[in-house]
Amino acid sequence: MPSLPDVMTPALETLAPAGQPAPAPQEANRDALVEWLLRTGDNALILGQRLSEWCGHAPALEEDIALANQALDLIGQCQLWLGLAGAVEGRGRTADDLAFLRDAGAFRNLLLVERPNRDFGHTLMRQFLFDAFHLELLEAARASSDPRIAEIAAKAWKEAAYHLERSADLVVRLGDGSAESHDRMQAALAALWSFTGEMFTDDDHDRALADAGVMPLPSSLRPAWDRTVAQVLDEATLTHPGEVWQQGITDMGGGKRGVHSEHLGHLLAQMQFLQRAYPGARW
Amino acid sequence: MSSEWPLWEVFIRGQHGLNHRHVGSLHAPDAEMAIRNARDVYTRRNEGVSIWVVPSSAITASSPSEKGPLFDPANDKVYRHPTFFDIPAEIGHM
Repeated sequence: MPSLPDVMTPALETLAPAGQPAPAPQEANRDALVEWLLRTGDNALILGQRLSEWCGHAPALEEDIALANQALDLIGQCQLWLGLAGAVEGRGRTADDLAFLRDAGAFRNLLLVERPNRDFGHTLMRQFLFDAFHLELLEAARASSDPRIAEIAAKAWKEAAYHLERSADLVVRLGDGSAESHDRMQAALAALWSFTGEMFTDDDHDRALADAGVMPLPSSLRPAWDRTVAQVLDEATLTHPGEVWQQGITDMGGGKRGVHSEHLGHLLAQMQFLQRAYPGARW
Repeated sequence: MSSEWPLWEVFIRGQHGLNHRHVGSLHAPDAEMAIRNARDVYTRRNEGVSIWVVPSSAITASSPSEKGPLFDPANDKVYRHPTFFDIPAEIGHM
């Protein structure tokens, strides 16, 4: 019987060997670029997978189809980002390899997108908080000095613009709806707010890309996001949570660094089952 | 939930220059969301460039039981069809 891959020991070949000279600037940028592409691709993949869990379960047929469309948009985007990540990385890994054969610790998505769906209000609030960030990110990426990034972002931006239009509209409708829908949206906001700070944290990879002019710092996207969120919450008659303690923003943790909540493993178990049980299966 | 939403009829224009065509119906709380739902339900395969939605309740339909009086009288009035003119070949398709 073949043994399972050892997920507890760090893969030494992926870690910089001790005592080696610092990589050349070009090399450092490549690592930062791969990291950014994985983060961007994994956000789309994991949120797409989460949304697809609603397929056949949404409260109305129209919502069911809309969520499935959005899931497919995101998974389509992830194919492009992860495909590019594999190409830049240069180790021969395809988008499928990256999606189906990495373990949780190698995923770079935000903690926000792996949060469970819970009720429809949670799903929509998570979507809105992410969409408002996603649109700013893609807006910046459209202007990237790297034409490969700019090209993918131009396509994804149109989809994200529609996603935000839709999720913002539904947050307003449900927030400013019945007493129950209002309470559910407020509860969802409270539960998810501490996962929003991670979107705007900068680390060394982010700074390397900003210095190279490839992407602006995540923190620079914050003011626009703050404005959108404040305006929509106000219109939705929801109370802005204000400053609260944030998850995953220290140097030790956070999904961007591969330190995830317990929810990601369960999601991957379902998403990756087929390729893990039947390696290389195609249909 | 969906049973409380009113029904809308959806019309899509396939490309510029064509007419809007009825493609089906859906439920939505208001016109704005009916447009969004129509976008998601009926234009997933690049079907359209324009969407109309109309409350189903705003449509007045002819009654099936009046089919005879309404339509049968036209059956034997062949002279209403412009099939008795010779069209020169150079004119082509009209």
